[in-house]
Amino acid sequence: MADPMRIRAQAAGGKATVRVLMSHEMESGQRKDAAGKTVPAWFIQEVTANLNGKQVLAAEWGPAVSKNPFMQFTIKGAKAGDKVAVTWKDNKGDTRTDEATVS
Amino acid sequence: MQSRRETLKQSAVLAGLLASAGFPQFALAAFNKAGFDAKTVADATKAYGATSMAESKDVTITGPDIAENGAVVPLGASTTLPGVKQLLILVEKNPSTLVATFYVSDAVEANFSTRAKMGQSSDVYAVAIMADGKALWAKKEVKVTLGGCGG
Repeated sequence: MADPMRIRAQAAGGKATVRVLMSHEMESGQRKDAAGKTVPAWFIQEVTANLNGKQVLAAEWGPAVSKNPFMQFTIKGAKAGDKVAVTWKDNKGDTRTDEATVS
Repeated sequence: MQSRRETLKQSAVLAGLLASAGFPQFALAAFNKAGFDAKTVADATKAYGATSMAESKDVTITGPDIAENGAVVPLGASTTLPGVKQLLILVEKNPSTLVATFYVSDAVEANFSTRAKMGQSSDVYAVAIMADGKALWAKKEVKVTLGGCGG
């Protein structure tokens, strides 16, 4: 199981800015190991975000997103106390969901 | 007796129905492999159903002029236009051009940032795909001192 995400959601002026830092290797499939073999790609493919259980964002990522990916987005109409949940799924089928409260 | 081909076709249709039923608001949420395999900006955009491309001042790409480390290049895409379906971030000279696609809904602003790997100095693109199939893009050159792919 992967390490937890760090999610920070801050409300200001009727919307909330959400910053997410995920913990993932994001292997590009381009690198070679010491023996000259290509390291297989291993990356987050799908990211979704929910506000109070309702989906607000979906994203697809390729292997070109950096290791330990960062993502920032803004949810309209979110206020302090709302729950933001972020889920990712990688190309090996691993998945993780973490939740944070808008402050 | 059904031929194998018919069976395959039907199961593809069924899979499509299931996918769209699961995500009524995000009908295209199945992973778009064609888009991520594409080698050019135009091909990647087409994989998301865009029919025409035009440069637009209303689409913004943000990024550094010079990135010292190509493994971590902060890139952002945003637009002020209404009716955006998807926002794409692309790096032209990467082995696969497309970095990330964000599906825009009514509940979020069309303004996303993330960090990307860049193999070499290249133009980076933000492409906004509108509800009518038009793709509007903006580009910016980012110089990379140390590449982030291979190694």
